[in-house]
Order: sequence, then structure tokens, then C-alpha cells
Amino acid sequence: MTVITPYLRPAALEHALEALASGSLQIAAGCTDLFPATEHKHLQGPILDITRIGSLRGISHTDDGIRIGATTTWTDLVKADLPPACRGLQLAAQEVGALQIQNRGTIAGNLCNASPAADGVPPLLTLDAKVELQSKGGTRVVPLQDFITGPRKTVLAGTELITALLISKSSLTGQSHFLKLGARAYLVISIAMTSARLVVRNGVVVEAALAIGSCGPVATRLPQVEALMIGKAVDPAVITDDMVADSIDPIADMRANSAYRAISAAELLRRTVLELAMDQEAIT
Amino acid sequence: MTSITLTIAGQTHTVETHMARRLSEVLRDDLNFKSVKIGCDAGDCGACTVLIDGAQHCACLVPAGQADGREIETLETSEPQLFARLQDSFLDHGAAQCGICTPGMMMAATELLRAVPNPDQAQVEEALAGVLCRCTGYRKIITAVMDVNGETTVCPPPKAGHAVGQTIRRLDGQAKVDGTEVFGADFIPDDTLLVRAIRAPHYHADFEFGDLLAWIKTHAGVECVITAADIAGINCYGVIPPLADQPALAEKTTRYRGEPVALVVGDPKALEALDLDDFPMSWTPRPHSLTQAEGAGPDAALLHDHRPENTLIRGKVVSGAPDSAMAEAAHVVTGQFETSYVEHAYIEPEAGVAWMDADVLCIQACTQAPVMDLEDTAKILGLPLDKVRIIPSAAGGGFGAKLDVTLQPLLGLAVLKTGMPCRMVFSRSESMQASTKRHPGSMQASIGADAGGKVTAMTFHGDFNTGAYASWGPTVATRVPVHASGPYLTPNYRATSRAVHTNGPTSGAFRGFGVPQAAITQESLYDDLAQKCGIDRLEFRRFNALRDGDVTPCGQTLQAVGMVDCLDALKPHWDVFQTEVAAFNTTFLTRKRGIGVASCWYGCGNTALPNPSTVRFGITPDGQFNLHQGATDIGQGSNTVIAQIAADALGVQVGVINLVGPDTAITPDCGKTSASRQTFITGRAAEASGQALRAAILRLTNLTHVDDMTLEGGMLCVRQDQNDQKISLKDLPVDANGYVLCAEKTYDPPTTTLDENGQGTPYAVYGYGAQIAEVEVDLALGTTKVLRMVAAHDVGRAINPQLAEGQIEGGIAQGLGLALMEEYLPGQTENLHNYLIPTIGDMPQITSILIEKPDPEGPMGAKGLGEHVLIPTAPAILNAIHHATGARVTKVPALPHRVLAAIKASQT
Repeated sequence: MTVITPYLRPAALEHALEALASGSLQIAAGCTDLFPATEHKHLQGPILDITRIGSLRGISHTDDGIRIGATTTWTDLVKADLPPACRGLQLAAQEVGALQIQNRGTIAGNLCNASPAADGVPPLLTLDAKVELQSKGGTRVVPLQDFITGPRKTVLAGTELITALLISKSSLTGQSHFLKLGARAYLVISIAMTSARLVVRNGVVVEAALAIGSCGPVATRLPQVEALMIGKAVDPAVITDDMVADSIDPIADMRANSAYRAISAAELLRRTVLELAMDQEAIT
Repeated sequence: MTSITLTIAGQTHTVETHMARRLSEVLRDDLNFKSVKIGCDAGDCGACTVLIDGAQHCACLVPAGQADGREIETLETSEPQLFARLQDSFLDHGAAQCGICTPGMMMAATELLRAVPNPDQAQVEEALAGVLCRCTGYRKIITAVMDVNGETTVCPPPKAGHAVGQTIRRLDGQAKVDGTEVFGADFIPDDTLLVRAIRAPHYHADFEFGDLLAWIKTHAGVECVITAADIAGINCYGVIPPLADQPALAEKTTRYRGEPVALVVGDPKALEALDLDDFPMSWTPRPHSLTQAEGAGPDAALLHDHRPENTLIRGKVVSGAPDSAMAEAAHVVTGQFETSYVEHAYIEPEAGVAWMDADVLCIQACTQAPVMDLEDTAKILGLPLDKVRIIPSAAGGGFGAKLDVTLQPLLGLAVLKTGMPCRMVFSRSESMQASTKRHPGSMQASIGADAGGKVTAMTFHGDFNTGAYASWGPTVATRVPVHASGPYLTPNYRATSRAVHTNGPTSGAFRGFGVPQAAITQESLYDDLAQKCGIDRLEFRRFNALRDGDVTPCGQTLQAVGMVDCLDALKPHWDVFQTEVAAFNTTFLTRKRGIGVASCWYGCGNTALPNPSTVRFGITPDGQFNLHQGATDIGQGSNTVIAQIAADALGVQVGVINLVGPDTAITPDCGKTSASRQTFITGRAAEASGQALRAAILRLTNLTHVDDMTLEGGMLCVRQDQNDQKISLKDLPVDANGYVLCAEKTYDPPTTTLDENGQGTPYAVYGYGAQIAEVEVDLALGTTKVLRMVAAHDVGRAINPQLAEGQIEGGIAQGLGLALMEEYLPGQTENLHNYLIPTIGDMPQITSILIEKPDPEGPMGAKGLGEHVLIPTAPAILNAIHHATGARVTKVPALPHRVLAAIKASQT
């Protein structure tokens, strides 16, 4: 039997952390995952709504790089003035659901929900994003690839809250791109998606960050392929089907079989890199 | 409970609610803004789109607490001037069909139009992408939004007697565009109790209840629990009475996932919050089958003991000597094709309310078949027919699944047990689990032609997964063999079908009754055969197309066959597309374009069975023209089309007609809205009643014909040449229905039963059509984008051309979904994010061509259209994929992985 439970909506971060320290709470922000998870007409469980905490929303440029507040929405990201390295993230934001979802869904919620198909994760991986977690006891910073540990699994402790995503200056270099593959135009959960950030100097790749999502329990970087790209001109052909297949662990589901996921991810990744190669030509 | 403050249209509303409650519920329940529609409660459909501080949000995803202090806009409250223009534009362009998505579309459009007063198509698609529509195919919505600030051209209303053939606004349209339309969930009498169903979590299982009374006692707000033991009548229903097999509530065993076993009735707020996981019952799962192959397998357990081999029914049509003709054919093609379960995915889940009016049980719910609902509900409840009244609410889409009773008997049980008004609203997953589906088909066929390219023989067999219960399975099994030849002369023919029970969802009626599946098989093979014969694919179809005087495989001689006219109308487009596609393909290597063509024919009305419609048309003493129109308008437009026909038959302006009903208490039976029968059959009844009423007026005036008929101060003025005659209506005697002049006419199409070889006259009227699809396929990813479609349909007479176009565009959208993305997998796709229907960005540019080859049997020549439009789409797209890539996709939907696999297979 369900009892309608408490709903906390503090304006101050310390009050939120205080509440988390004193009991188990479901953290809520955009609710684009929480509401679809229930057929009830109200959110389930004692709720800590963090959307009144102004300091958690928005993008700020710091000495170290960029800080994206936890409750920054996809629309906020799309509208933000960000360096070309974040273009992949902005493209991903535009492909989340449609405007209704982009207006509500938050970047931290996307990470906490930890769907293998989370649109934000591949581009954030290519930005070497770190997750800032706060609790009453203090703050810790976890690299994104260590934060999500499996489908619907993260290292977030019950007393913790994501307060921000941090992207350091060193990762804000170069240009990025993102591609998503689905069976319809809008409102689609991806079959595969790819993100790439390349830093090119004098026609040669000096830094490469590649990531694939929806093709394994968690989105993943491809260090082996990245290493092959360094020191050469931007060349999508470096990315072979076999190498990509070795780097991912796709499932078969109603959207596609696993063999197709592997092949399409490789193709998508090549196209993502090709886009950057064409950008590069335009610049040089 | 907390109080929150919302600013709506400048007014501050303070509401006592829970902060965690969905804003959509607060707006609908507490503030009565019923334009906010609930389609999914998951942000998938956008029907509940409202503006919060000017930006679009799905109200179902907003906790009320987050709306506190914000400015909210709904269709009822937004700026009047912009909304008036939007409403006019939606009405003028026919952008609202059923109307359930219209408020969400208009709110999304409002945000856009404030920023961009004259948006382009891409901007409209981007802004409206989050709202799903299942009726219109989106094209008219896009045009309506782009045209909001365009020049308005107000057409004068058609003159008396000249409504047919004119595009007029839909007569029931205003409520659809201003948010006041009352759908199944929108009418809630005071003190109404809520009904929730307990459903089977297994595909096949036995169950036992625990201590229900103890459970009720420990759950505050629960009034009662209802099980099969409470059913006073016969707990067995079905649309085809001799094959009825479905319990309203299962008794010991459930046969599909989602089958209802019990109802919980109680206080709405308490019940809504209740977690039903602790309902006291135990389940013992049994082995199950989900596919037609499993159901027909030797080891499959029988779903119904009296149906051996899990076979519900077989169908057969045989003519000529198919085997010897095939053996003698110069060219033979053979193929096997598979289709999937397809979900209707109307945006309005099943919903309704019921109450007692004295000793009559009244049920107001969304439906396509009020009289069938009445009969089945009365039978289950053990009530005489005159103690049940069905009042169809507006239906937010139907497409076949709202033909079967769903919640009507359940509501009846609850009202009879509690004595209180009761309502029930299915959640999206309940709707998807419990409603019927399109039959998955496993089909194989061979088609032979002579050396000159004339088709000489065809054999076809299809096994169809009919799911747990009979529903419309027999109709599919019958219709498919009758239609599997396609609209082509096929002198030697054998088509057989079998409906196989499984523990999948019950397959029922879905726009086309199996014919779209069969057309995929036949039209794909026609492309292969044309290639073998060395004849252009369109020309091959024209060469073999049915013509006036041709005999069908059922032995019926046809009249008014517009098939060649449709193909001829496509020919110029075909030639242009050929050239353009060839040019594209020489330039691009990784993406290839292709074109495909496919045709359809479809018999209008029940197959070889009576299906009359009766229309009453009366004039009251105070001069009201009341048309008792019992055909449920589920968005297709019968309220408008039937009135246009009736108005012209009588000779009055269509605007003077009052629509009455549908309502089983006040409208005669117009049958069900299915089988593309309403324009034809109810149209004929309306035409006859209009003519009879006109004849009665002529008798009173001693005139021989009427030039004009008007009402002036209680006087009916009838003019012939310059001669005016006046009838004082109030001086005429009033009949039992309150009319001084009245006609009631019935029309039943002349058909015959079919013999054991399927020979006879299954339908009195057929409609014909053909479509061209142009696609672009990504050879490395297997993705398909439909770029353009041209559709030519022989409608006999276009009663309302814009409504006909709306049917074509909507049918193409559903055909595109069938071809490319829709696959219902029980237990996996019970929501609108795993089950994909086309979005606004998936629709091609569509050119509709209406061919009018009048059928002497149709009203003013008209034929049916509603289902025809879906049939050619999927095969045209599959043929275009084949043309583009050389790959033959034999299982739909042609998801990217299937297309890529087919491309790779074609290259080896």
C-alpha cells in the first residue's frame, strides 16, 4: 500500500545535503526518467527536489575549465556559448527526445539514470568529464567513466548529490562531433551513437577522444583506436569494424541485433570523424 | 497536501495538492483544464504539452511542486488572437482529425509562432516533434502552422444541394481545436468512483485469489473488489457471436499478458495512489506460445479445448486450375514474407464512465461500435438490451481496436455492484497489453505469368497469429483469401489462410483486416515477376489490372473499376521519379534512391454478411433539421460526410443540419465504424432518408421538384421555378420522435454468402488505389528515409476532398510505420518509447490524387477509402528499397539491421 510521502524542495544546497544525510530520498530534477518509471499520478518515494537550488543550474567558466551545474537542462546546453570541443555535447543535447524533454531533462539526471543509451555520456566521455559529488561530509570528484558502473548503476552514495560536471581546460581543446542512430526521426532511443573530439595541429592529430554509446552496458572510450589516430592526418579509415567490435559489447534487443550494432557503431564513428576531417579542411 | 500557486492567463490559482503529483492531473482534475490530454504519462506522446513560462513541457512529467509560482498556459487560457488564427488554420487545412493530439500540437506551435511568426517546414517539425499524431500523417498540421499568418481565404458555404464534392470544414471540428471536445476520460460526474483492473503478469497462467475481504478491509478507500464470480450474465463475449470466447474477467486461467482477472473499485484519490502489487492472489504460470509457428506446433498446448491445432478458423478462395496453370506459366516467382504484431497506438487510451439513469445503465466511452458494445455488455451483465445505453464519447483514434468492447462491461459491473457512477481510464501500458493488434502473418505465395506478361496463376497461404481470443480473427482469415490477388485479373487462383491461437495479445481489426499483410507478399512478388517478364513495374501492373467486366477470384463481375485510372494518374510522376532517382544514383555511392509502386483493392463493408445502416432525418415543429447519424466519427469524418450527403439529398444547406448522436438511445443503428463502410453504407442510408424526406415535402406541396428550401419563422418555404409554397411546420402532427416530417431509411449492401471455394459476391462495392514511394537508403547503415509519395485513389466520388486527402495521408503514415518501424513485442514494447510510431520528421512529402469513377451502388457514386489508403504504402516502400539497393526485405518492419542484412545477402 502506498502512502503519499514527503516532498522536500529546499532552496539551499546545505539543506539538501542535510536531508540526504538524514534519510533515504529519491533525488528529483527534470523527472523525465522518474515519471515514466511509474504509472502512478505522483512521484514514488520520499522526494528531494533539487530544482530550487539556483547554484546547481547553469554553466560557468572557471580558471580550470567549465563547470556544468547538475540541473542544467539540455536546452540550457544547446543555448550556451561553448567552445568547439563541446559541440558534440550540444549536438547530443538536441537529439534528446524533443523540446519538451530537452526543456526539463538535466545533465546530472542523465548520468544518474545510467541508461546504456544515455545521450549525454559519449560526448562527456570525450571531454574527460568529471562528476562532482557532494554530501554533508564533503566533496569528491570522480571521473565519469568511473561514475557509471553498469546499466542503471553508479557509485553515487545515498547521502550524495551530483552538484556539477567538470571539464578541465586541457580537454576543451579541439573540435567535437556527435551522431545518433535510431529507427525514427525524433523521440528515439538510439541503436548506437558515437562522439569524437580531435585536436589537430599542422594537419596532424595530436589528441583523439572517441566514444560509443548504446553498444554495451555503459558507454565507452576507444583508447586503442585513439592511439592509432595520433600523429596522422585525420583519417576515418583508421577505424576498422574489427577494432570497434573488440572495444564494445552490444546487446540484441527490439531496436537491433548485436552484430548490426557493432557494424553500425563503427560506421557511425567513421562518419563522426569524417565530419571533423571536413571541418578541419574548412579551417585550414 | 500543500498549496501551490499557478498563474494561468494572468489569474492566480491556488490549489491544494501534493507536490509530487503530475501537473497534468492538477490541471485536469483540480482546475478542470481538460484540453490537457493524457496519452502516456511518460513524456512519449506530447498530448499533455503545456507552456510553462512560455516554454513547452509535458505536463505529465512536471511535479506540481515545480509549477509553483510559474506561469502556465493551456489551450483554454492562451492568448485569444493567436489561438483564433491557429484554430481557423487547423480547421481550414483539416489538421485535426480525431483531435486528441490537437491541443498539444497547438501549444507547441504557440511557442514557435511567438518566436517565429512565419516558420518554415523545418522549424515547424523541430518545434512540434515532441507531439505524436496517429491520424493525420502530420502534413496538414505542418501546413496549418506554417499558414497561421498567411492569407485567409474564406470560401462561401456551399449552396443547397451542392455540398457533396466540396471541401468544407469538419462539422464537429470546433470542439477539437478549442479543447472542449469530450473524450473518454473527460466527463466525470460528481462522486464518481474509480475502477482499476488487476491484470495477468504472465502470458499463460492459472490463478487463485486469496482473502479478498481482508484485503479490502486493510485498504482505505477501496469500496469493493469484483471478480468473475460477480458476473450475472454470460461471461463470454466476442464480436462474432458464434465464436465468442473471451471472458470479461478471467475465471481460472489467463491466456495473455494483461488479461483482466479482477476489478478494484473505490475512492478515486485513494485508489489512484494504491499500489496493487499486494493484491491477494497467486499465479501458476503455464507453458505458452507467442508466435504462429509456436501456436501451430505439434507440442503447443491448446488455448481453447474445442479448437484443435489451435486453429480458430481457415479461409479459402479457389478458382480455375491454379496448379496446372502455374506449371504451364512461362515465368513463376515465389516468396515468403513475415509481418509483426502492430499496435494501433491511438493517442487516447481506452477510457469511459458509466452511471445509472433510473434503471438504465449508461456507458459513455470511446468506441467504434456502440450497438455491438451494447449487445455484448448486456449479455455479460445479464441485462435486457433496453436497460443498457451506449453514448460514444469522442474517440481519440480507433483504427480497429475500439471495435471490441474493452472497459464497457467492466464499468457496468462496477456500477451495478456499487450503485455509483464509475470511471476507468487505461494507462498506456494497460492499453497496449489489453487491446487488439494487427495479425502477424507468415505468408508464402507463387505467381505465374505467360510469356507476354499476363498473370495466369497465383497460389497463396498465410498463417496469422490471432492471439488468445477470436476477436476479428475470422474476418482476417476470410478477407485475406478474397483480396490476396491484389487488384489484378488472376484467372487461376488458390488462396488459403489460417488463424492460429497463441498466448500473444489478441489480434483483431486493424485498418485493412490482414489485406495490408497480404499485399506486402503479392506486390513484392509482382516486382520480381515484372522483372522476369522484362516489363516496367508500373506498366506490368497496368497490363494486369482489373477492369470493368473482369471477374474476381470469387467469381464476381466487377463494375466501376478505377484501377487503370489510378495507375495512369501515377505514370507522369513515375517517369519523373525514375529520371531523378537515376541521376541521384550516378552521383552518390553510399546512399541510393529507389522508387516502388503498389496497388490496392478493398471491399467495403462486411464480407459476405449483412451490415445495414439506418439513418433518421427529421424536421421539428420549430424547424430544426435533425440528422440522427449513428456512425461513430473516430476522426475519419463521418459526421461531416454523412451530413453532406444527407443535405444534398434533401436539398438544404449542410449548415442547417443538426447532428444527433451517436447514442444508442436516440440514433438508429449505423453499424460499426470499420471495413471502410460508413461513407458507403451509412452514406446510402443518409441519401435515402434525405430523398424520402424531400419526397414527403414535395407531396405536401404538390411540387414536382425543389429549387430551394429555406426556413422562415416556422414556415418551410419550398421554391420551384418562381413558385413558392409554404408549409407551416407547427401545424403538422408530431410523431413519437418529436418530428412533423421524418424519414428513416435502411441500406444493406447486396452481397451473398461465399461457398466452400469462396465463390460468391462478398462485397457490393470496392475501392481501388495505387501509390508510388521514393526512398533513400543508406547502404552502410541500412536506414531508410521515405522522401516522397504519390497516392492515387479511386473514391468513386470525393464527398469532401480534404477529408479524403486526410485519410490518404494518415493511412500512409500508418503504412510507413508498418513498413519501417512498428513491431509490438509482448512484454517488451508496452509503451510509446520502445514501440515506435512515425513522428513528424518521418513523413514524406505526399501528393494525393483523387480519382472519381462513380460506383452505381455507392451514394452519389462514392466508395470507401479509410483502409485502402494504408494497403499499398508498405509494399511500395519495400519495392523502393529493392529498387534502390537490390535487397529484398521479407520481414517487416524493415528496421535498419534487417535492411542491412538484406543488402549484404543481395551482394553475395
